[in-house]
Amino acid sequence: MSKTQKIDVKDKDMQGAITRFLKTVLETEEIRAVLAPLRLPMKNTVMPALFSDPEKLAEAAPLSPSFPLNAAKLVARLTRKPSGQKVAVMLRPCEIRALVELVKLKQAHWENLVVISADCPGAFSNRDYFRYAAEQEPESTDNRFILNGLAGTRPPIEDIPLMTACRACEHPVPEGADILIGMIGPDPEKELMIQARTEAGEALLEKLNLTDYIEPAGRQAAVEEWTGRKIAFRDELFQETRNRTETLDKLTTYLADCINCYNCRVACPVCYCKECVFVTDVFNHEPAQYLKWAGRKGVIKMPTDTVFYHMTRMAHMSLACVGCGQCANACPNDVPLLELFRTVAHQTQAAFQYQAGRSLDENPPLSVFKENEYQEVVGIK
Amino acid sequence: MDEFEPMIVAFACNWCTYTAADLAGTSRLIYPKNVRMIRVMCTGMVDPQYVIKAFLEGADGVLVSGCHPGDCHYINGNYKARRRAKLLKTLLPQFGFEPERLRLTWIGASDGIQFADTIKELVKQIKPLGPNQAKLQMVI
Repeated sequence: MSKTQKIDVKDKDMQGAITRFLKTVLETEEIRAVLAPLRLPMKNTVMPALFSDPEKLAEAAPLSPSFPLNAAKLVARLTRKPSGQKVAVMLRPCEIRALVELVKLKQAHWENLVVISADCPGAFSNRDYFRYAAEQEPESTDNRFILNGLAGTRPPIEDIPLMTACRACEHPVPEGADILIGMIGPDPEKELMIQARTEAGEALLEKLNLTDYIEPAGRQAAVEEWTGRKIAFRDELFQETRNRTETLDKLTTYLADCINCYNCRVACPVCYCKECVFVTDVFNHEPAQYLKWAGRKGVIKMPTDTVFYHMTRMAHMSLACVGCGQCANACPNDVPLLELFRTVAHQTQAAFQYQAGRSLDENPPLSVFKENEYQEVVGIK
Repeated sequence: MDEFEPMIVAFACNWCTYTAADLAGTSRLIYPKNVRMIRVMCTGMVDPQYVIKAFLEGADGVLVSGCHPGDCHYINGNYKARRRAKLLKTLLPQFGFEPERLRLTWIGASDGIQFADTIKELVKQIKPLGPNQAKLQMVI
């Protein structure tokens, strides 16, 4: 089940090579469309797009440092009901993991997808991407970004750092993809590895007539070294965040710049409720209620319910959190939400031996139970 | 100085623990006045959000109490409550709430004595913890 082949890279243009690969995928009879990042013609912005014309894929920008949103939500839109037509989707590893959660939450379906994903060089925050797009010429510098991002030893472009989410990401190698594009192992400026990881992936590769290839012997070790550095960064981040939030007083300080805009919830790929309780009338309190609270405490900050909102979100979605960092990306006031939610999610997921996005076969912890479990939380002794 | 009297919010299921509390009352059992009972139809409907709200509003302890495993009026609500208790007991301590402030118990409809004993024990255990940190500050 691991048919391994390769594609050639011309003129050190890795993005171009992946784009050509996507084109051959779209040219096969069974694939109706490809979802991949598109460099918008009118502006140097990259957004996910659904391609049906293989020629249009020339404008695609896979692995660009732009990560404006988690595309798992878009795949959910494409697969919420069966369309009966196969779509290939080029996703980042964290987008796949979010999609796995959405499938388990019955918001998306896997059946008509072929998921393609590459070793992920990471991305810039939205703000940093705008700076990059203004200062650089992304079409030519994206490849330099990819190389540096995969090396992972310094900021990928001059003084622009990767998103914190990407620096702390222990899953830069995609899990759960049907087809893996291996950037680490081969010399990516010359060739890229194309590996089928599932039967669906293998069936598709059969039709593409690529050159056979042997996975480079050094790949596993290089991946472990790369991931190891990210895990070390992540663990430091956990410790620092715990220190900054270990009491309610500290948590309140941490969240002090929050204005209850709820952008983090909108951007979150796994916050799937059509209507969040925090925007319902439950939180449209009676005017007299505010006065009562103010009267009891002497002063209340408005809007109210800020810490309550974030803690509730932790209870509702931290078990499904994949750490993509879009919450932080969406925050207008730069509240370090990714750090907080990753730290919390790491604990809550460990409590249930669960890892968001790992497998379609593991049930979300709050959707199931066993007769005899967690006896330690019961009783008053 | 007056002795600290903890305030405990109890989410009690209609079919078992709330009935047990009624029984404790009609049996004229005496238990501490520190508890504020909230009747819910099932512990399975106690969203973690309710518990978080109680703590942020200054409750010194929260008790979630329902039917014994296997006895749930809605078949399995109490098993779901147990998973949520596990979640909350992982989440709350990260922000300095002692896990002992949240308790999950099973008290059947005929266990009036057990209900009174549980409240007595709970008050005894929460007193040494002192007031909930949320009481002492402006929580935003």
